[in-house]
Amino acid sequence: MTDEVGPPAPPATAAAPSALADGEWHRLHPATPLLRGGIALIAIAGLLVANLRDRVIEFVIQQDEADPIDLLIERGWLIPGLLIVLGVILLAVLGFYLSWRFHEFRVTDEVVEVRSGIVFRTFRKARLDRIQGINIVRPFIARIFGAARLQISVAGNDAEVKLDYLSSSAADQLRRDVLSLASGVQREERVADARARTTGVIGQRIDELLAPELDPREAAAESVVRLPLPRLIGSMLLRDSTIILILLLVVGIPVMFATDTWYLLLGVIPSLIGLAGFIVNRFSRSLRYSIAATPNGVRIGYGLLSTSNETLPPGRIHAIHVSQPILWRLPGWWQIQITRAGSNAGQSGGSTSNPTVLPVGDRQDVARVLGLLLPGHADEQIALIVDDGLLGTGADDEAFTSAPRRARWLRPLSWRRTGFALWSDLFLMRKGRIWRSVTVVPLARMQSVALAQGPIYRALRLAEIYTHIVSGPIYARLGAIDAEVARRLFLDVVAGAEREGRDDRTHRWNRRVDQSDGGTATARVVEVEGPPSVGEVER
Amino acid sequence: MPPRLEPSDAEWRRVSPKQIGVELLGSVISIVVTLAVAIVAFNLGAGWVALVAAAIAASSLVMAAFVPRRVRAYGYQLREDDLLFRRGLLFQRFVAVPYGRMQLVDVNRGPLARLMGLSDLKLVTAAATTGVSIPGLTEDAATELRDHLVELAESRRVGL
Repeated sequence: MTDEVGPPAPPATAAAPSALADGEWHRLHPATPLLRGGIALIAIAGLLVANLRDRVIEFVIQQDEADPIDLLIERGWLIPGLLIVLGVILLAVLGFYLSWRFHEFRVTDEVVEVRSGIVFRTFRKARLDRIQGINIVRPFIARIFGAARLQISVAGNDAEVKLDYLSSSAADQLRRDVLSLASGVQREERVADARARTTGVIGQRIDELLAPELDPREAAAESVVRLPLPRLIGSMLLRDSTIILILLLVVGIPVMFATDTWYLLLGVIPSLIGLAGFIVNRFSRSLRYSIAATPNGVRIGYGLLSTSNETLPPGRIHAIHVSQPILWRLPGWWQIQITRAGSNAGQSGGSTSNPTVLPVGDRQDVARVLGLLLPGHADEQIALIVDDGLLGTGADDEAFTSAPRRARWLRPLSWRRTGFALWSDLFLMRKGRIWRSVTVVPLARMQSVALAQGPIYRALRLAEIYTHIVSGPIYARLGAIDAEVARRLFLDVVAGAEREGRDDRTHRWNRRVDQSDGGTATARVVEVEGPPSVGEVER
Repeated sequence: MPPRLEPSDAEWRRVSPKQIGVELLGSVISIVVTLAVAIVAFNLGAGWVALVAAAIAASSLVMAAFVPRRVRAYGYQLREDDLLFRRGLLFQRFVAVPYGRMQLVDVNRGPLARLMGLSDLKLVTAAATTGVSIPGLTEDAATELRDHLVELAESRRVGL
């Protein structure tokens, strides 16, 4: 069995870049069955056998003095015994081999397809221009074997084409190929860099383990954000959930013992474990965090032992939410979350589609990350989002239109900050005085808009705007704006959504546009329109 | 009281007045059922179950009084680039869906609506929150509108 685990000799390592994406069917890494649970199975079986051996032997032959091997030889059962063991091993190997043999994938110019299963066959096909993100996950065990999991997500719940496992280098290469195919670059245009990295198997393993998470050839630039460990730890400590946990441990438990109500612990312990697990999970997801721009989108990597590295092509972000937990106000930290169509909201601890793209960062980091997430926007625009959006207090000269003064009945603290800005391709919502946040919705991704008014709002001549986006962690609505302003905003937003949707070219983000209908989406120049075409705001 | 919101000056297409009958019939049925529950519970001596059921019946009765106005508040407009939908009296809500964002168009017929020859038309986009459902269209109007919208959505389809 160990032979299977050994060096993967897929044709990918040394061959031309498109070797795996040539439209033919290919198989996965030979160690796949082992990595997908075979190792655990063998370990458990071994454990069981080791523990139960004596009992079984005792049970079968009703005597317990001799060593089983001696017994076998003594009684002439050696040959049958060995044959049985051999048979079991052969069966297992055959099963693994068949499951590997029947698991194939292919990448053509239009689709990526996977077929698998011996008895129940499954086919999965994803159109390349519908790709929402490509993720390379390397669980620790797989990393030791030099294998990686490639996940290609498309819009929808649990809509992923998974290739687990590929050899590490093949995964990188396949990602590059899939991305460049998806981007619309023609096959001939693709650069062929057949690199020879043959320092032997061991050397290659070590290279891969030590290599930076972002393959230098893949990432155009360094990570734009550095996340020092002290800041990460500080950000974890300054969380409401962490403070609750610490309070429980430091105050709650001594109190329980002092008042002799320690049995309450039984109720508390499960939630403590859950909370601690949540915190540890969030922590480990932020270790070695990096974010960088590549020609095919933003690449976000994280993880220390098990790593994950996801590429988000341009135009796949449906909403961006920059927010600040209250305790982060002192150090001036922010976090950024995004919504996208491939999100799997229900997946717990899953490695894919982490909605947090910036776990913690100061305002410069926020500006840099926003710059990556909103390509084609000038630095001044990003600066407007940060200065007026995140830090703005509702002064007249800001780029946001604030709620009227009478909104203070509904938003006593935050009415000045409750505001919006409508640019030619973005709708920005600013909210909160204590829990400050800015939500950015690209108009091209917005599905529909609603304008609502209840009786209290009507009495105050206010209205509420909802933007409908695909489901995810972000809920994009803005309340308490002037009714007349909201009415015009409603019409402007839907007109903008229609216009931007029509002009959107991001499903083939690098395709050259020869026709006269404008440049590519990334190259499009967008101008800041101050407060949009909405009338005077009554204060 | 300040005026109601009115985002568009154009004429709203209203739903069939027969929809009033459908909704009233629905309210009557639910009132009868809850009243029956109240009476049975009262006779069995479950005093406050009866009270709760009677309260629900009474509030349904009050709601039923507003049904005609509420039905008349439904409306839609087929604008150049989007469909505009409105509903609600006390809680007004307008939704605008660009044609290219429609993923599918559903026509539903409930049992009561079918009696009256009416259909509901539901628009589905990639966002679960869109929630546009136009009730009280005659069957012909619903099919015609569906085909028209599907055609518009086809010709203006945009990526996700």
